[in-house]
Amino acid sequence: MLKDLFQKKRKYATIPSEKTKREIPEGLMNKCGKCGQIQFSKELEKNLKVCSSCGHHFMLNPYERIQMTLDDGRIFEYDSEMISENPLEFPGYEDKLVKMMEKTGLKEAIVTGEGTIGGFPVVFGVMSFEFFGGSMGGVVGEKIVRAIETAIQKKYPLVLFSTSGGARMQESLLALMQMAKTSAALSRFHEKGGLYISVLTDPTYGGVSASFATLGDLILAEPGANIGFAGKRVIEQTIRQKLPENFQTSEFNLQHGHIDMVVHRKDMRSMLTKLIDMHTVKGGVANG
Amino acid sequence: MANELPFEQPLSELRAKIDELKKFGTEKKIDFTDEIARLEERYTRLEEEIYSDIKVHQKIQIVKTPGRPTTLDYISTVFTEFVELHGDRLFGDDLAIVGGLAKLNGMPVTVIGHQKGKDTKDNIARNFGMPHPEGFRKALRLMQQADKFRRPIITFIDVPGAYPGAAAEERGQSEAIARNLREMAGFGVPVICLVIGEGGSGGALALGVGNRVLMLEHSIYSVISPEGAASILFKDSTKAPLAAEAMKITAQDIKELGLIDDIVPEPRGGAHRNLEQQAEAIRSCLWKHLQELLPLTKEELREDRYHKFRSFGKFALYQPV
Repeated sequence: MLKDLFQKKRKYATIPSEKTKREIPEGLMNKCGKCGQIQFSKELEKNLKVCSSCGHHFMLNPYERIQMTLDDGRIFEYDSEMISENPLEFPGYEDKLVKMMEKTGLKEAIVTGEGTIGGFPVVFGVMSFEFFGGSMGGVVGEKIVRAIETAIQKKYPLVLFSTSGGARMQESLLALMQMAKTSAALSRFHEKGGLYISVLTDPTYGGVSASFATLGDLILAEPGANIGFAGKRVIEQTIRQKLPENFQTSEFNLQHGHIDMVVHRKDMRSMLTKLIDMHTVKGGVANG
Repeated sequence: MANELPFEQPLSELRAKIDELKKFGTEKKIDFTDEIARLEERYTRLEEEIYSDIKVHQKIQIVKTPGRPTTLDYISTVFTEFVELHGDRLFGDDLAIVGGLAKLNGMPVTVIGHQKGKDTKDNIARNFGMPHPEGFRKALRLMQQADKFRRPIITFIDVPGAYPGAAAEERGQSEAIARNLREMAGFGVPVICLVIGEGGSGGALALGVGNRVLMLEHSIYSVISPEGAASILFKDSTKAPLAAEAMKITAQDIKELGLIDDIVPEPRGGAHRNLEQQAEAIRSCLWKHLQELLPLTKEELREDRYHKFRSFGKFALYQPV
């Protein structure tokens, strides 16, 4: 073929870059996904898993989040035994669920329960991105709705830390309906005057960002988190343009009026305490 | 056959053969009556075969056919005295969603729907029926108005998905959809939603929180487009038919899952074959469900909607082995 004549031949070998060569075995050291800085895991943990060099907030698992956020790191967990079914008999779904459970030690992509923050009782929920990309299926939806219903009943504020790629495809329309289900529950909570603080963490997208995550009375985000409806790659393919570096970051969302504030991890607990305190009337939290 | 779809090709081929034979017989003055009768019989059988079991990928062809009736087609045939209302009062008027006042069998209602274009120019103006946040916010404004004036709300769903663009993100696509979901749950008037073509994910659901959710016979409703699902699950967007099958996106499958209340039959071959007949079927189905909802109080309507969506979703309890 004629065009073969013009094809560029690679006449050089590919040498792994300095960055990739600095890969360190897991455990002792950790590499920042953003700036490549290597730090001792212990140091990183002391620093609340925030990079000492660039301030990148590492992803947390639910128990790390609970440790950092709730008083004494204690949670009274709700519905801890709830697991997903395969309602559509979607090929490979069960196997993948088992793999996710083994990988994360969790049973689903969210942990809910109650605890206290700065002495204030709260209903608390935290999602796991590691578990199935934090996708929302029947269990995530149900656990959130039950948490909201408990918050209504106990007149506690609701604090949810979100991270998700969206609705879980393997549950198809049943997963989509979880958006309506959680939002309907929040409609009731809202009507009763309940306080809902939504904290967006990296990344929060799709069916989760387009339902309960953006319905907070107050919406906080961790620095540098990616938050949006459609993923960056999909948007770039649609509009055939390169998007700016800061597109969909927390700071971008703040600038466009979608969130109330960007809060550094080390200040999160005190900010939540302060906000809940300001919604407390005559010894109880405003609700009902 | 006009607007023929790929899966209908065997039919039109056979029809062409019959016509040819008829013509040939007339020209040559030969009597082919028996042969023609036999072919006609075969045609009827083939037609029965093809249309009695329309597969999901064929349904996708039907809902994407350019002649498929859109929201405005149904507004002008199902309702009378339509008055279109514009704008979200915040940013602009998104033509990918239309809405306004109309009468259903003489009763004033608010009707809203996604609107795809009729031709290329119209499609560009309407962004191929993919709304920006201002579209969802226009819909919300009209629904809130309906709630205030105690008018039933009827929505038509037909959208590939909410528009995945930079401007849509800047203006809060997520929040616009989420707010509609929350607010729709709280309305004190009957809300009936009908999927007329493609029910594409969050952009569809943003008009879909109703006391009744109905689907046209060949319409589809899914969490992600079959192409999108295939490229994520199988890393291959050409496996879309496989993904479509697995996701159970047809009206019949979704009815079985208990997520919709009713299926509105379509004329043989799809709604585009006979708009009048389709409009009639839609009107009577909407009316039937509206009659059931009208006696309910504000509070009962809200409760009804809450319990409906509250019940969606499957889960189990972990049993250690």
